[in-house]
Amino acid sequence: MSVDTDPEFDFSGSAIERKRLYGKLFLGLCISAAMVGIVALIALLADVLYEAWGWVTWEFLTYPPSQVPDHFIPGNYGDLDTGPAGIYPAIIGSIYLIVLTAIFTLFLGVGAAIYLEEYAPDTRLTQFIEANIANLAGVPSIVYGLLGLAMFVRALQTGASLIAGALTLTLLILPIVIVASQEALKAVPDSMRQASYGTGATKWQTIRNVVLPEAIPGIMTGIILSLSRAIGETAPILMVGAAASMFTPPQLTDPTGAFSAMPTTIFDWITLPDEAFQHVAAAGIVVLLTILLLMNATAILIRNKYDRRA
Amino acid sequence: MSDETSDRRNGLRSTLASIGPGRGRFAIGNLLSTNSETTGMTANSGESETVGTPESEQTPAGIDSAAGDMPSSDRPLGTPRVDDAIIEARNLEVFYGDTQALHNIHMDIPEKQVTALIGPSGCGKSTFLRSINRMNDLIDVARVEGDLYFHGKNIYDEDVDPVALRRKIGMVFQKPNPFPKSIFDNVAYGLRVQGKDDNVEEQVYTALERAALLEEVEDQLDESGLDLSGGQQQRLCIARAIATDPEVILMDEPASALDPVATSKIEDLVEELAQEYTVAIVTHNMQQAARISDKTAVFLTGGHLVEFDDTNKIFENPQSDRVEDYITGKFG
Repeated sequence: MSVDTDPEFDFSGSAIERKRLYGKLFLGLCISAAMVGIVALIALLADVLYEAWGWVTWEFLTYPPSQVPDHFIPGNYGDLDTGPAGIYPAIIGSIYLIVLTAIFTLFLGVGAAIYLEEYAPDTRLTQFIEANIANLAGVPSIVYGLLGLAMFVRALQTGASLIAGALTLTLLILPIVIVASQEALKAVPDSMRQASYGTGATKWQTIRNVVLPEAIPGIMTGIILSLSRAIGETAPILMVGAAASMFTPPQLTDPTGAFSAMPTTIFDWITLPDEAFQHVAAAGIVVLLTILLLMNATAILIRNKYDRRA
Repeated sequence: MSDETSDRRNGLRSTLASIGPGRGRFAIGNLLSTNSETTGMTANSGESETVGTPESEQTPAGIDSAAGDMPSSDRPLGTPRVDDAIIEARNLEVFYGDTQALHNIHMDIPEKQVTALIGPSGCGKSTFLRSINRMNDLIDVARVEGDLYFHGKNIYDEDVDPVALRRKIGMVFQKPNPFPKSIFDNVAYGLRVQGKDDNVEEQVYTALERAALLEEVEDQLDESGLDLSGGQQQRLCIARAIATDPEVILMDEPASALDPVATSKIEDLVEELAQEYTVAIVTHNMQQAARISDKTAVFLTGGHLVEFDDTNKIFENPQSDRVEDYITGKFG
């Protein structure tokens, strides 16, 4: 240390050390908070994968279920008179359910969002509607199940059908889709709209040519994420009467027919006493999770593809 | 005219000469001829406390013929009537909610000339510009009162479709706002929405040519308009506005976000455009107004039009002292 160093100046920063310690403690707290979620997810996945290991086979994906646990065991496939057992009808049921739900939500959700964001005057009524849409997003899914049961299955006489399930899931995710689509529309800069109006475009031309193309990626992301929530929902489709297991997949041409879906089938398996069914249920969960992750990956891809431009 | 006034003009003229290259608009003949146009509007607006030297040639008869529909009490100083007006504002007032943004605006915008609207921030000049093509309609809380005539038709009449109006009166905004589409599609946008889409290619090339942008972008017409530089983007927006061949082009501080080189290109372009179009341009930059405009309207605090006259008159011998203070940089 040289002679003319200011003795008053605390070069080592020892007085700041304590404050730094608080910072580090806080950082540790935040990291552990983040870790709780990640660790829980990994533990869950590891458990399911361990249980399902060896049980997810091609036959599992392509054959209807069975009451007999032996039919699911891959080692037995060759010895069976009836053929192996699997989850096939429920996969098809879930996919059809999601396709129908996607069609309904696309029109209802985006339509409502465009009206609220682009057309509706900013009145108390509009604000009331918007606030309630946000509230609806927080309503428990079983309530939508009861609503679907009363409205579609009973009042509209659809029976425990694919269409009743799809409409109920539509109601469930509609608020989320509307809010996400509104956000996407809000994110379109006003200068774009003005540029369009300035060149003599009508409102519809502006929405069609400028606003929607800008908002579509955000809207699509919102819809796909909502659908990946819908595909895993059990309570609402249980309420409208989705079958625990069906031996034939539903037909898209007959949307009023009975159906089973992956969550209800898995739920049914878990309630069965035979130990083999725990592995079968785990295998079903793996299939469901794979489909769900694929949908989320699609949403992320869409978002990244279009985000670059801005 | 007194010698004193002449001296003052000469002094200011030399000041102006140093501001920008002479483009013939500040010739002496031009300067003096403005007097004959002065229609005897003795400056008596409540807004200006002091009145500049009244012109000796003023004749009372002028009031009847030229300013019959312009109440003298609200008239701005200068010569707010022009002979070849394409746009005439009469007693125009704009409100945003409870706030009045424009008070009793009386002014004309002459055909195929550049009219500059200058004034400090918040003085209502942009509001006035946006009321010409009814862009204020897009703001929920905005309300317009009074009359604004385009070709003698009040555009705030109920039978006027604002979309049809905007097809005649194009607009260029302060911040370049090209669409996230290709350069070609940006220019073609107006043509397509207006259904003028036979020969799109030819019209797009013509518009780019007239906007002095064609040479720079000819090889990249299918690239995004957002990849251009700021100045190029603004010229792209000008090309987009003139592609549909409107009669009037409104420009809201088109160069305020640009560097000096890009600004000077826009200025050249504006002067060029005035040969075919009527241009109304809002600017913060007084030198710019002096360089490129034929007429200048000075808006001061709170949405009052204080003086409107030939640009050289405004810059060399404004009637209002407040305008003179503003122009010479004493405030604002």
